[in-house]
Amino acid sequence: MSTRLSKGGRLIDRSAPQEFSFNGKAMRGLQGDSLASALLANDQMLLGRSFKYHRPRGLVAAGPEEPNAIVGLGRDGRFEPNQRVTTTELFDGLEAASQNHWPSLEFDVGVINNTLARFLPGGFYYKTFMWPRAAWKHLFEPIIRRSAGLGKAPTARDADRYEYTYSFCDVLILGGGIAGLQAALVAGASGARVMLLEQAAHWGGRAPVDGDVIEGGPADVWINNAVQTLAGLENVTMKLRTMGAGVYDHGYVLAEEKVADTTPGDGRPKKRLWRIRAKQIVTATGAIERPLSFAGNDIPGVMLAGSLREFVVNYAVSAGDRTVVVTNNDDAYRTAIALVQAGLSVPCIVDARASVTGDLPAKARAMGIRVEAGRAIAKVKGGKRVTGVSLCAQAGQGAVLEEISCDAVAMSGGWSPVVHLWSHCGGKLVWDKTHAHFRPDATRPPTGADGLAMVVPVGNANGMMTAADALVCGAKGGAAAAEAAGFKAEAVAAVADAAPEADMEAVWIMPQGAGPALKAKMWLDYQNDVKVSDVQLAAREGYTSVEHTKRYTTLGMATDQGKLSNINGLAVLADALHEEIPQVGTTTFRPPYAPVTLGALAGESRGDIFQPLRKTPMHAWHEANHAYFEPVGLWRRPYTFPRAGENHEQAVHREVINTRTNLGLLDASTLGKIIVKGPDAGKFLDMLYTGVMSTLPVGKCRYGLMCSEQGFLSDDGVVARIDEDTWLCHTTSGGADRIHAWMEDWLQCEWWDWQVYTANVTEQLAQVAVVGPNARKVLEKLGGMDVSKEALPFMQWADGTLGGFPARVYRISFSGELSYEVAVPASVGLAFWEALHAAGAEFGAMVYGTEALHIMRAEKGFIMIGDETDGTIIPQDLNLGWAISKKKADYLGKRGQERNFLASPDRWKLAGFETLDGSVVQDGAYIPSAGKNANGQGNTQGRVTSTYYSPTLKKGIAMGLIKGGLDRIGDVVEFTTITGGVVKAKVVDPVFYDKDGEKNNV
Amino acid sequence: MLILECPYCGVKAEETELTPGYEAHLKRFGPGSSDTEFEDYMFARKNPKGVHFERWRHVYGCGKWFLAARDTNTLEVFGTYPAQSSAPPADLQDKIKAKRPDWKGYK
Repeated sequence: MSTRLSKGGRLIDRSAPQEFSFNGKAMRGLQGDSLASALLANDQMLLGRSFKYHRPRGLVAAGPEEPNAIVGLGRDGRFEPNQRVTTTELFDGLEAASQNHWPSLEFDVGVINNTLARFLPGGFYYKTFMWPRAAWKHLFEPIIRRSAGLGKAPTARDADRYEYTYSFCDVLILGGGIAGLQAALVAGASGARVMLLEQAAHWGGRAPVDGDVIEGGPADVWINNAVQTLAGLENVTMKLRTMGAGVYDHGYVLAEEKVADTTPGDGRPKKRLWRIRAKQIVTATGAIERPLSFAGNDIPGVMLAGSLREFVVNYAVSAGDRTVVVTNNDDAYRTAIALVQAGLSVPCIVDARASVTGDLPAKARAMGIRVEAGRAIAKVKGGKRVTGVSLCAQAGQGAVLEEISCDAVAMSGGWSPVVHLWSHCGGKLVWDKTHAHFRPDATRPPTGADGLAMVVPVGNANGMMTAADALVCGAKGGAAAAEAAGFKAEAVAAVADAAPEADMEAVWIMPQGAGPALKAKMWLDYQNDVKVSDVQLAAREGYTSVEHTKRYTTLGMATDQGKLSNINGLAVLADALHEEIPQVGTTTFRPPYAPVTLGALAGESRGDIFQPLRKTPMHAWHEANHAYFEPVGLWRRPYTFPRAGENHEQAVHREVINTRTNLGLLDASTLGKIIVKGPDAGKFLDMLYTGVMSTLPVGKCRYGLMCSEQGFLSDDGVVARIDEDTWLCHTTSGGADRIHAWMEDWLQCEWWDWQVYTANVTEQLAQVAVVGPNARKVLEKLGGMDVSKEALPFMQWADGTLGGFPARVYRISFSGELSYEVAVPASVGLAFWEALHAAGAEFGAMVYGTEALHIMRAEKGFIMIGDETDGTIIPQDLNLGWAISKKKADYLGKRGQERNFLASPDRWKLAGFETLDGSVVQDGAYIPSAGKNANGQGNTQGRVTSTYYSPTLKKGIAMGLIKGGLDRIGDVVEFTTITGGVVKAKVVDPVFYDKDGEKNNV
Repeated sequence: MLILECPYCGVKAEETELTPGYEAHLKRFGPGSSDTEFEDYMFARKNPKGVHFERWRHVYGCGKWFLAARDTNTLEVFGTYPAQSSAPPADLQDKIKAKRPDWKGYK
């Protein structure tokens, strides 16, 4: 059983017990425990189920590489799925629950027995779910959906908050083990601005666990001194619990800090996302131990040797009473020695190497530990817990020589440097044969803006596997980074006693000649149930690329992202392909290094401050008058103003009828307003618009269209000539910024010798559309300027005052009614708006929203950018040829419109439609035509672009594009409906209302 | 996230302050151009692994467009210069040639 030892534990405080629960069961741990060590101390080895076979799973590791022990933490608004117990700090009141099992962790009906597992080989999903097609929807998909995914997504709103913070430094050191500390000491002494980040809750990494001796004393002493020295340097910032998640272009680094994980609800942000710019980055990210592939290596109780040692030394927790150590290197002997020193039993060290001669083995032997050289584990026995192992010769096929009973197995297949952060931004790797691992290739580093190396790997992360080498490398790396950042540094390293280690031996399968039965029990990816046999099968089926094999077998696609055993998988693949490991290569390392909470990435951007909102000067009035808003870009515009007892449709219809019979007021402030000024402004606008703007007389307005260079209609609006060299261009509400940028692009990058200035004054002005038969009356009542038909005819503008407000009045109409658009300074927008309502009360003034605006423009057959256009429509398609100058040699889009397919008579063109039964054509409806196309789909001859119920005409009206356009007037066509039916409609003129313009001509 | 120095205001701007404008030094073809010329102008874009010339706008800064020469593979930035340039400055071209002897020129 796993238990707490009575002595030791460098990180725990025995005087501070912590209560927590696992699957509802009350447990007790200690201050300083990780959740993993606390669970082990309570003999809770079984912690989850694997993804595919639902096999029992226990702890394998002690760090972020842990693939099995993934739990849900907390509840309700603080529930977090898929958290690794190894990287979770224990706190009083913590609640954890295991995942991926039904009905219970102890008894899972989904467990796939050995017979069935034969039918779930590598590529199972691809092979099984191809056919029959109908089975997908009713059989496969529901089953996959029920079993897919590990933890359940939280349903409650996140009760915590998160924040971003920004930082800049000369040297950023990721990892606070001895190499990182040494690098920080050197870089800090140079005067460089240094940041040192460590993902764990304590400094020093593995050195104290390994019993390293530095400067003649225990590693802990040197670490404490180093931390104190660094804390005294003003130019050094140190952060624990902060993981470097990703290295990006030009020294940009993301890191996630755990702030309030152990103190939920204390008001601080739960996590903090650091966005750091560093001149130089030092990766001191350590190394991760690899498992060995032997049959039954997934049974709970089989753990990494280094992790098992870490639990004993750091937390005084033993994984078992009798531990068999199995290894291909000297490092695992440290585990055996630590276990025996803690009073535990190590019946045997099984070493795959034929000859075992190193100092550490000698020490183990001297302590009386039995060492079996050239031996392997044939098989681990046990179900939910290890009960024993059988030994065999490593060189053989697995004939059992001996059986040893034990309740834990400590395995070590060697160590792989954590090269993720080195690799994120392009750092390349080299295969190190001595240690059988990939390490950073110093000749091919990630480069910064100056083309020089921006990342320096040190310590274990650079393949320096002893404390002595790691310290020297850390000092050199710290100095190199400081100097590259422009400082003078001296690479002085602390000296560690180097116990020489004998060479390891690359062992990828144990025993070497294992047959199919054993290989089908050798796990590579514990979480996703990928075994040696699956990778070999993939190779046989032709998956020779490591990237394809990964996706086919799901090797390395679990939540540890291959940290634990990807190298083992690569080695098995290389062997199956008869290639060398470096030729097979690795899969791509992508950020984040370990999962980052989505909340941290969102930061403060949620709820009301998810994004900035734009509000007109009248916005508060709209809110007070119960506006129902719709988003238009970043604006929120009133869609309608429903009154008590009205639904939105009834409110919109009331607003339309009132505007057409009395007086409607619309907040049109969001309309884009761009001033274009200068000696060449007219010439410039003639290039921008399809029509001619340079000839527009001062005081007059003209409707204009803008196209992309491909000729497609991009924006429209009314242009007013303000004076000899000034024009004011109205754009659509959503288009103001885009069109302003479009103007600047052409002025700065193509016609930079033209003398033109532009200014986007959209927000400087409040604009009100005063619309309806009583429009003139209300303006005359306000008084101050002549707005008569004679003084201010249609498509002209005038400056003056209205009711004491400085106003620019445009006589333009988007509804067909007598209409003025009045612009006043934004600062008096609300006051003017309220004055209009007060003065207009006797004339039936009523506010209206965007939907009434849309209906009224459709009744008049006016197009709307985004309804009638979709980026593939030219003005000619919309019968807007009259707004295109035939005389101009050039305008943006002219050449594009000359392309033969755009000039084709077969193009769909705009027409109006009226259903025969008066109903409203559905949004998105198509007009089918006879026959099928090359893909067997029904042919079409048109589609609807705008469709409404017209309260004015009391029937459904629509605009749409149809082959033949206005030539089809009188034809009866069929529109599709969403339920598969059709509705008959007559093709008509798109101007449904007041075709002769009499309403406006007053 | 790239950092590019705006040649107008001198700010070393992070990518979030900038908006990309894709390939630089395109020649506009309008009415009267052949289909091939127009097609090249509209659609044929270089996508090199190596030296590339791009348009960027310092949109959340001074608002100016500028041009940048950088290596799309190593992310090295050779230089930035005003958009009002028909060709990359001669000294910039020399610098790139010195660093990338195989470079075939900006056209």
